[in-house]
Amino acid sequence: MNTELLGIAVSFLLMLVIGIPLGKYLAKMFAGEKVWTDFMKPIENGIYKLSGINPNEPMDWKQFLKAMMCINMLWLVYGFFVLMNQDKLPLNPDGNPGMTADLAFNTIISFVVNCNLQHYSGESGASYLIQHFIFMFLHFTSAATGIACAVAFFKAFRDKTTTNLGNFWNYFVKAITRLLLPLSIVVALILTFNGTPSSYAGKDQFISLQGDTVHVSRGPAAQMIAIKHLGTNGGGWFGANSANPLENPNYLTNITEIVSQMIIPIAMVLCFGYFIGRKKLGWVIFGVMMIGALMLLIPSISSETGGNSAIAKMGISQPTGAMEGKEVRFGPTATAYWSTFTTIVSTGSVNGMHDSTMPLTGLWQLLGMMINGFFGGCGVGVLNYFIYLIIAVFISGLMVGRTPEFLGHKVEAREVKIAALITLLSPFLIMAGTAIAAFVFTNHGNADWAVKPSAWLNNPGYHGFSEMLYEMTSANANNGSGFEGLGDNNIFWNVSTGVLMILGRFLPIIGPVAIAGLLAKKKFIPESAGTLKTDTVTFGLMTFAVILVLNALSYFPALALGPIAEYFSMPK
Amino acid sequence: MKNLVKSIRLTLVLIVLLCVVYPVFISFAGKLSKGQGNGETISVNGKVVGYANEGQSFTQQKYFWGRPSAVGYNAAGSGGSNKGPSNPDYLKDVASRIDTLLKYHPYLKRSEIPAEMVTASGSGLDPDISPAAAKIQIERITHNRQLTVMQVTDLVAAHTEAPLLGLFGPAKVNVLKLNVALDDLAKPAN
Repeated sequence: MNTELLGIAVSFLLMLVIGIPLGKYLAKMFAGEKVWTDFMKPIENGIYKLSGINPNEPMDWKQFLKAMMCINMLWLVYGFFVLMNQDKLPLNPDGNPGMTADLAFNTIISFVVNCNLQHYSGESGASYLIQHFIFMFLHFTSAATGIACAVAFFKAFRDKTTTNLGNFWNYFVKAITRLLLPLSIVVALILTFNGTPSSYAGKDQFISLQGDTVHVSRGPAAQMIAIKHLGTNGGGWFGANSANPLENPNYLTNITEIVSQMIIPIAMVLCFGYFIGRKKLGWVIFGVMMIGALMLLIPSISSETGGNSAIAKMGISQPTGAMEGKEVRFGPTATAYWSTFTTIVSTGSVNGMHDSTMPLTGLWQLLGMMINGFFGGCGVGVLNYFIYLIIAVFISGLMVGRTPEFLGHKVEAREVKIAALITLLSPFLIMAGTAIAAFVFTNHGNADWAVKPSAWLNNPGYHGFSEMLYEMTSANANNGSGFEGLGDNNIFWNVSTGVLMILGRFLPIIGPVAIAGLLAKKKFIPESAGTLKTDTVTFGLMTFAVILVLNALSYFPALALGPIAEYFSMPK
Repeated sequence: MKNLVKSIRLTLVLIVLLCVVYPVFISFAGKLSKGQGNGETISVNGKVVGYANEGQSFTQQKYFWGRPSAVGYNAAGSGGSNKGPSNPDYLKDVASRIDTLLKYHPYLKRSEIPAEMVTASGSGLDPDISPAAAKIQIERITHNRQLTVMQVTDLVAAHTEAPLLGLFGPAKVNVLKLNVALDDLAKPAN
């Protein structure tokens, strides 16, 4: 076996070895049982006291969502003004200018919603103050928001009939103090001892071996890169994200970064099962997600290691695979591996440029984001999957002619309506967004924006279309990766993707939590012989079929115009 | 309204914890690392000539060359070409890089050229090349320096970094470190 394959095999194993016990730990911790991190209690109590919070106050689903939305809106306002005025604020050793209003609008939404689409470049667009006090802060808090909402959703199914989903502040603070912060410290230390800068020193300058004068961007990056992965955020310190050799210096850091972005999404799925005392359900969902992930992963690796057929035609050897946009220290196998996981878990960090990957790899990346429920982002992955699950429950109910039920609660018209709306939201936003972009590109090529629409695309033809489709998909999925050739720092992309990101974040959180809240209030019906069992392999396959059918119907036409057409246009 | 007051107070408390206490702690710990958390540098005669992890431009004939860079090895920024695999302009660029390589390495067959020498890296700052990419340049180096093939081959072998623990990931050669060693080797012994 070659060392590149062994490299991803060990990443995969580590992800399971850490993710699975973490899921059990989270279930205990959020349930308030005794865990070894209880030594954090005094710190948490201090935080509650200073903030005037009573962590034991029960909340129903509406109160819970109100508290969540309130603090998120506060961050939007706070960040917007700081971003626009970074030039007047301290900790700006490289003298970066303030952001324009449309860029600040896009950027702050992007970070609040755990998307981290970056229309600026880290080195020249963000001061150290912004990177830490806005971006890194939101890396923690947006991940904790997602986790807190997922736990409220779990809580709804833990008790037979309840209106109490727990306390938002309690889950939110604990997600930081008992999960994100301790793990970030570990990961940041690994990174900094492997060469990622962590000091506050500004740009450096030296004369190279050949005599060129070179400027080097640096800064306290390790701290941010740790949480950027653990929180499935993906917004990097440097423009090239984790392809940059300071952001991801060697193969060990590469394994660390790819493993750390997977462990919480995996843990949350299993946590669901353990938390509600139905661990089999957690494992069935885990199984469906893992099969889905592998179905995207294996063809991606195969298409990247196969190399670029157009370059092969020139007589060049591609012993390890396609190398455009990739780094030698990782190789095509690890880059393909990363590209699949970063798109399914909504991290969106990259260790190689997605715009330069092979057409079919691009197809799998796009599909991963469109489905957005194979593990998914911190907390929100489970919520996205739940929508598919409700649809599957509903369809199964119709098929066998019974009132659909989920975990002892009747699923009725109101819940199914919410689920259907959320299901339709993503295709609508992605398709309408891409259609408008394509329309502007063809009909208003000369609009007087920072980047003229006719100059948006870095690549002609089908691939150019894929660039626009990818951007809209990434925004809606709150992923944040991009076909970065797209000239996206202008009012059109800043505003359109800003709107997509905010809708694509909060509606898919509000929907599932509302459904859970509504279900939890209903009378509990004990299981009988006639109950549709949702923790069986059969039902898992049913959900899988629903996911495939829904997404194939929604997205196939657009994918056919982009990556699929490009694939068939390339030499064989 | 009550939520808003709580939100503001909690935000302030968390800013202190997450944006001051946590990063400053890591920054202090980083002082113990190689390069004191500023990035590891490489010096020749006491002068910094580069960062170990960041590639730099080598165009002179007497040096090993690194990969093509979309940002010209400008380490103040970073980025790839973002060219799609079927883009005709991009394929022309690749063809002309092949021609350039063949011009300076007339002894090479096309099939001996590894893909990374004619494609731009993701960061534009890739510090490494594969051992195969170093090997094809050895003959050119010996023509431009008073060195034997044997000496340079040994040097490349000594600077080939094995996969992690010998098992995981690709083998690689850091171009800057190799060139510094090459300069060292070429120095007349006192």
